[in-house]
Amino acid sequence: MRVNRLAVAAVAILAAALSTACSGGSEEPSAGAASQSAAAAGPVKLTYWTWVPNMDKIVAVWNQAHPDIQVTVSKQAGGDDAAAKFLTAAKAGNPPDLVQAEYQMLPSFVAADAVADIKAETAQVKGEFGEGIWSLVTLGTDAVYGVPQDSGPMMLYYRKDLFDKYGIKVPKTWDEYAEAARTVHKKNPKVFLGTFSSKDPGWFAGLAQQAGAQWWSISGDAWKVAVNDEPTKKVASYWGGLVKEGVIDGMPYFTPEWNKALNDGTLLTWPSAVWGPGVLSSNAPKAKGKWAIAPLPQWNAGENYSGFWGGSSTAVAAKSPNKAAAAKFAIWLNTDPQALKLLIDEGAIYPASVKGAALMTKAPDYFSNQPDFWQQAAAIGATARGFTFGPDVNVTYNAYKDAFDKAVAAKSDFTAAVQSMQDATVADMQKSGFSLAQ
Amino acid sequence: MTATTLPGSRRHARPSPRRPLGIVPTVVLVLGAIYTLFPVSWVVIAATKSKAELFSTATFAPGTGLLSNLADLFAYRDGVFWLWLLNTILYAGGGAVLSTAVSTLSGYTLATYRFPGRNLIFNLLIGGILVPSVVLAIPQYLLLSAAGLAGTYWSVLLPQILHPYSIYLARVYARAAIPGSVLEAGRLDGASEWRLFRQVALPMMTPGMVTIFLFQFVAIWNNFLLPFIMLGDDHTFPLTVGLYTLLAAGANQPSLYNLIITGTMLSLIPLIALFLTMQRHWRTDLSGGAVKS
Repeated sequence: MRVNRLAVAAVAILAAALSTACSGGSEEPSAGAASQSAAAAGPVKLTYWTWVPNMDKIVAVWNQAHPDIQVTVSKQAGGDDAAAKFLTAAKAGNPPDLVQAEYQMLPSFVAADAVADIKAETAQVKGEFGEGIWSLVTLGTDAVYGVPQDSGPMMLYYRKDLFDKYGIKVPKTWDEYAEAARTVHKKNPKVFLGTFSSKDPGWFAGLAQQAGAQWWSISGDAWKVAVNDEPTKKVASYWGGLVKEGVIDGMPYFTPEWNKALNDGTLLTWPSAVWGPGVLSSNAPKAKGKWAIAPLPQWNAGENYSGFWGGSSTAVAAKSPNKAAAAKFAIWLNTDPQALKLLIDEGAIYPASVKGAALMTKAPDYFSNQPDFWQQAAAIGATARGFTFGPDVNVTYNAYKDAFDKAVAAKSDFTAAVQSMQDATVADMQKSGFSLAQ
Repeated sequence: MTATTLPGSRRHARPSPRRPLGIVPTVVLVLGAIYTLFPVSWVVIAATKSKAELFSTATFAPGTGLLSNLADLFAYRDGVFWLWLLNTILYAGGGAVLSTAVSTLSGYTLATYRFPGRNLIFNLLIGGILVPSVVLAIPQYLLLSAAGLAGTYWSVLLPQILHPYSIYLARVYARAAIPGSVLEAGRLDGASEWRLFRQVALPMMTPGMVTIFLFQFVAIWNNFLLPFIMLGDDHTFPLTVGLYTLLAAGANQPSLYNLIITGTMLSLIPLIALFLTMQRHWRTDLSGGAVKS
């Protein structure tokens, strides 16, 4: 509750700043050169806000090798609150030099002029990342607002043992998934094939991406908002139908009851992202070796698409006095083989860089039954569709939680909930002064 | 607190016409106690469960993981938990002492002196009580940033020193506990105003000060939003914000539930200890104030 109020308050304060739209960053071409001369003067001290576990150990390796650029890690609470806190600090004029920025939050940082364009510094590492990932830090513009760190291509986690028990096959299409949901629930009314989470807008956004949704796009100087586009409505009405039918549960992810269901075998699948093993091994340790992964079911047989859920980049604050040094560190952290290895081993993340993904060879302990886990994950990751996030994703996401909470409880029309997401997003962008294309 | 008197009165088992409600107050109080203690007992029991047991065993079945939870918590990032605990004690202890000092002096002044603007100041303070501190957190952050203090220990201490409700309490208490004639007598004997405050008023106000200290200590101990906004460096975090970084570990990292619950349980202990030791003063205070006013 308090945290929500914080987010609301921070957003209110920023409303004025947001009205300058998305043309920030690019107006400081000389900043890099200026801070380079500052770097020569003595050891540069940088602060870095992140929530990656053990980041202090990774940074210690950098500090050892770079006595002239010393980085201090400050571990923060992750997610939306971190974004609100960074925006407030940037507004007040004392942000950290480096910040972990989730892809969906980056546009709001850019709109508030809180992060710097590091295009010149990152030119030589562009090739280390896939097209889809790179577009998440350029936002489809000429500028570069961060170095991609981790990504979350989506796949289907399923209970292999229970699939055999109930006699169902791994669904190749969403139609087969629906059919399997009916079969399972008929055989045992306590058991569900899956659940629709009204608390995880990022998850829904990933499924919509898979269907081909484009919620935001930039045309000329104006934003185009299409949260209620056809693919999104298709996804919503599909899940809404299953929830109404009662064959898909409506409990949110990451709750104690969900953890319990993962443990006692009353939940058979979880369409999730590549970082799923960490969650499963922590929340359902007893089911070790019983889960397996497969590509997400497809909308049309023969297709091969996925979406992203989660992932973040390392961005440089626009007000940092040492932008060049900060960019140098961000590049090292996310592209240097030694750093990538540390990110994988200590930080337990799935690196965004192509080289990093190739370093993942040994399957996670929890999935020791699936030795080719990372090879499969990489193949699935290559099918993830690109996406552009807008400058007020937090508003859209909050609207998702409000509208789908009610829709799941009432088992009402899910496409109406999508419409209210669209309305809230458009209303907020108009209020903040963005020009919108029709 | 009330539990100590109730069994005694029931031991004189004569049917008493003076208590027409009979057992009803006891039942209400017992229900109240259960209502408040239920979540606490959940925390204590959940803290004994290991990761595997937390979501799979019955809610009130004790687990076997208390020692490993404690070991994990103390080992987490080289024992940062202890640093957070020390920070919390500094914020809550230092903040409560400073706040009590300011409140006592202001309350005493408002209660015993007549000066122009006194009512205006007092009414402003009353108005201040109505403003929730949550609303002030972000403006305070912007102000302290402008002063170059954001992110320091002072940024959490300073905003919590001036607490309108405590000043109000101190004024009410000073008015009831310090008879004007005592101060008059002191003045006739030639005591300075400062000496009157130090040696006459302060001892009389001690129980009230304890109340203010406890209120402020608990409020700062539990405060989340202000330190969350003010502090950037995780080595200056108090427990509330520190434990929150374990909970909101980002979308793709599991929350460290068992460490959070164990940490929460440990953070309750100093508060309980403080209340048990200071409880006596608090009772004197409430009755003292009641009789004299």
